[in-house]
Amino acid sequence: MSVPSLKQSNVHEHSRIVGLGAYRPDVIVTNDDVCQWIDSSDEWIRQRTGIVTRHRAPAEISVIDMAEGAAREALDKAGIDASQLGAVIVSTVTHPFATPSAAANLADRLGATPAPAFDISAACAGYCYGIAQGDALVRSGAADYVLVVGAEKLSDVIDNSERTISFLLGDGAGAVVIGPSDTPGIGPSVWGSDGSKWDAIGMTHSLLDVRDHAAATHANEEGAVAAAAAVWPTLRQDGQTVFRWAVWEMAKVAQRALDAAGITVDDLAAFVPHQANMRIIDEMVKQLKLPETVMVGRDIAEAGNTSAASIPLATHRLLEENPELSGGLALQIGFGAGLVFGAQVVVLP
Amino acid sequence: MASNEEILAGLAEIVNEETGLAPEAVELDKSFTEDLDIDSISMMTIVVNAEEKFGVRIPDEEVKNLKTVGDAVSFISNAQA
Repeated sequence: MSVPSLKQSNVHEHSRIVGLGAYRPDVIVTNDDVCQWIDSSDEWIRQRTGIVTRHRAPAEISVIDMAEGAAREALDKAGIDASQLGAVIVSTVTHPFATPSAAANLADRLGATPAPAFDISAACAGYCYGIAQGDALVRSGAADYVLVVGAEKLSDVIDNSERTISFLLGDGAGAVVIGPSDTPGIGPSVWGSDGSKWDAIGMTHSLLDVRDHAAATHANEEGAVAAAAAVWPTLRQDGQTVFRWAVWEMAKVAQRALDAAGITVDDLAAFVPHQANMRIIDEMVKQLKLPETVMVGRDIAEAGNTSAASIPLATHRLLEENPELSGGLALQIGFGAGLVFGAQVVVLP
Repeated sequence: MASNEEILAGLAEIVNEETGLAPEAVELDKSFTEDLDIDSISMMTIVVNAEEKFGVRIPDEEVKNLKTVGDAVSFISNAQA
């Protein structure tokens, strides 16, 4: 019996970012605001973190609303219609439903239905994970255009009175469209995980604990809601462990991404690391021995740490302030809870 | 293998580079946080640079026990032995 030969997808030889968009919610939280909740000062916060303000979304603005704002700009800049999207990927850890995904709803709002749509849970590495997947989908021929969004409403999962991470965090969304290209536009992704440090950053407890606490303390529905709110999980981190890992381990990952792309720091126009802390950014710049000609994304001063949204937001700011960077090479690296990390060199749109 | 004096001098150099503090100010009985005003992030930078300089490993959980410059010198000296 002869085996029929299968047809496989037609490949695109290269891919690149063809459009970028951003959404910044309009509530500005200053360091003085933060100091109402923790015993600190504007000077202390600036010196330790480089953060001056962060944007936070009001109650009526959801993760999907922010994702939509960023996605519409990215589609517009790319000059493509949502109906041309072959996949919609949203990186988020703050979409408040385990299911259905934020991406399915976003795809429908944009008019991308029936494009495949799914969320990624890779915290602050989520955007680079999304780029790795979008690049692979386009080059394999599985999709012509892929929308990758990093969107976070971290203000929903913080405890303003705790000191390890909450005061760093902001809300926002960034999005890109990845499409076929005549020339290489996305270098090999260097990505991975280290689950041995699963406890270094994450939620205080699971949703099962919320359920059990509510059930144990209150029988009636009103009481249960109040009890659940009292044990609402929020973010924590072991700052020193994360700092050491972020700087010295991630500088090596960033270097591997440069090597994999066949370039050196001298070829870079920009460096856009995850906006975790200005001190981490400064130390990485030092470790990588970046020449002064390389523009460094420092959006954290104004936007705080926005997890999966931080790299596209920082890239968006760099391109707005320095339009001549368009077409240049940017090294981007995300790292965070998991622990997980991802890096690649991209041609800036 | 470095002597305790050499370790102290090497640490003073690392602290100077990170914080700008005069190397003479880095003495065995000085507390990193209280006397030298070194914050947790700078401490990690100093620890990693010390690991490289002295060829030792200082685990994260050990960093909390290094309260004074003398604690760090003893730890590095023992780790090298």
